[in-house]
Amino acid sequence: MGTQGHNQPGAYKAGVKEYRETYWEPDYQVKDSDILACFKVVPQPGVPREEAAAAVAAESSTGTWTTVWTDLLTDLEYYKGRAYRIEDVPGDDNAFYAFIAYPIDLFEEGSVVNVITSLAGNVFGFKAVRGLRLEDIRFPLHYVLTCGGPPHGITVERDILNKYGRPLLGCTIKPKLGLSAKNYGRAVYEALRGGLDFTKDDENINSQPFMRWKQRFDFVMEAVQKAEAETGERKGHYLNVTAGTVEEMLKRAEYAKSLGARIIMHDFLTAGFTANTTLANWCRDNGLLLHIHRALHAVLDRNPNHGIHFRVLAKMLRLSGGDHMHSGTVVGKLEGDRAATLGWIDIMRDRYIKEDRSRGIFFDQDFGPMPGLFPVASGGIHVWHMPALVSIFGDDSVLQFGGGTLGHPWGNAAGAHANRVALEACVQARNEGRQREREARDILTRAAKNSPELAVAMETWKEIKFDFDTVDKLDTANA
Amino acid sequence: MLDIQDYPGPAPKRFEALSYLPQLSDDEIRKQIAYCAEQGWDCVIEHTEPENANTDYWYMWKLPLFGQRDVDAILAEAELCARQHPEHHVRISANDRYRQVTAFSLVVRRAA
Repeated sequence: MGTQGHNQPGAYKAGVKEYRETYWEPDYQVKDSDILACFKVVPQPGVPREEAAAAVAAESSTGTWTTVWTDLLTDLEYYKGRAYRIEDVPGDDNAFYAFIAYPIDLFEEGSVVNVITSLAGNVFGFKAVRGLRLEDIRFPLHYVLTCGGPPHGITVERDILNKYGRPLLGCTIKPKLGLSAKNYGRAVYEALRGGLDFTKDDENINSQPFMRWKQRFDFVMEAVQKAEAETGERKGHYLNVTAGTVEEMLKRAEYAKSLGARIIMHDFLTAGFTANTTLANWCRDNGLLLHIHRALHAVLDRNPNHGIHFRVLAKMLRLSGGDHMHSGTVVGKLEGDRAATLGWIDIMRDRYIKEDRSRGIFFDQDFGPMPGLFPVASGGIHVWHMPALVSIFGDDSVLQFGGGTLGHPWGNAAGAHANRVALEACVQARNEGRQREREARDILTRAAKNSPELAVAMETWKEIKFDFDTVDKLDTANA
Repeated sequence: MLDIQDYPGPAPKRFEALSYLPQLSDDEIRKQIAYCAEQGWDCVIEHTEPENANTDYWYMWKLPLFGQRDVDAILAEAELCARQHPEHHVRISANDRYRQVTAFSLVVRRAA
């Protein structure tokens, strides 16, 4: 570990030194090109904060548990990661935030795989800490520009699909598993002709015995194209190309393209960042949009004291590449408090995101000219949520109503129509300067006068609420 | 609960934003265009034959109304365009030059 005083004869001394002698530098001046990380650390009892922070810096960069002679063959003062700041965690005396700076040389260009392997690698099993959570990463613009990013981004997707001035509407086809390809295509067709922009494969639909991928692609694309011809609007179905191998994934993507699909889909965490970046690059080259599902994320991000925060996963996906990603809804059945969700929505969409602890954002982040991607609100939402969703997410979002479309008493087309009318009524009201959330009932009721589909949807879901407490709150909310 | 209603096919042709609402009144259209002007977006008027509605490039009426924030003036141009091309759809789109995006688009007159 040690490098100090190594210009004298006999400088190499075998043995174990305290990490903080080498890896704790409170006077360090952060460089614009450094990769910065904020970890929430719960140290083992008796381990001082500086020592625990230095240990995390060491184990996530150049260090190992003992001094080795080969340390002296290089300039570790340059290559090492440094803990440079420690802060209290509001409302939690056992934990603290450790801020660590890494020189950009430690990471291969354009490889979020390499970054996450270092920052969230062996260090997470390290005995000196009881819990460790990667809260945020600042990627310097130097590094951002080595990554491909979203294949197209929000602006280009709008132009490709001819959709302006409103959020996009989608629906996941249910049941999740078990439909035949032909019945599945029927569900797609009905939802799209009723007024949705997108339908979606579920994340665990790949190529199971009851519905092989090729038949699904064939029937679904017939459904998409018939609904487009009927309504005169452009539509898509997220064909999930996630597969057991990268070769198979690309084969399915090629077939989707040959059928004229506008958009395909990937499970980026279960498939892995390498597969995802490969697919994003393929999509950019081939002009297909890429929808990203985040299955596995809650395993990584839900425990407030251990794992990787979702805002980090969102940043890494933006660098790896995707045009849409699930963000949580704030109002539906899945986890996510409002301020924190707004924080990572900004991370997905904006060019420059300022440090804002009230949203859980620990660093300024500059994405430069890299396109932003659409956040996707999906899970347990229905027409009554529409006014709040339009306020929270704004135009640049995809609102996905699964049960809220397919569960309509008159079927998918009527369910889709109800959602589209509700959405447009909210957009119209916003543009007229009305308060959507306060006047929600009036706006929807008035729209329902001209849409029996919406009236029935409002009647069906009037009692449903999802008001369980959020498990992973912002630390400030615990204070 | 009402009895199940049929969703008839073929579904009617739609025109993207706000086309699932009843045809907007002149006053309602005015409010939407006023919103665009307030945002500082530049409006452009375009028109096309119904059979070409799903193409990206409609015929552009004159040039975009750069800097025009007078809603009456914007609507008057759209009306002029519609009168010259009664057999065409007419739309007003709004361009946000700083974000380099089409921020809004509304078909204000459907072909007679």
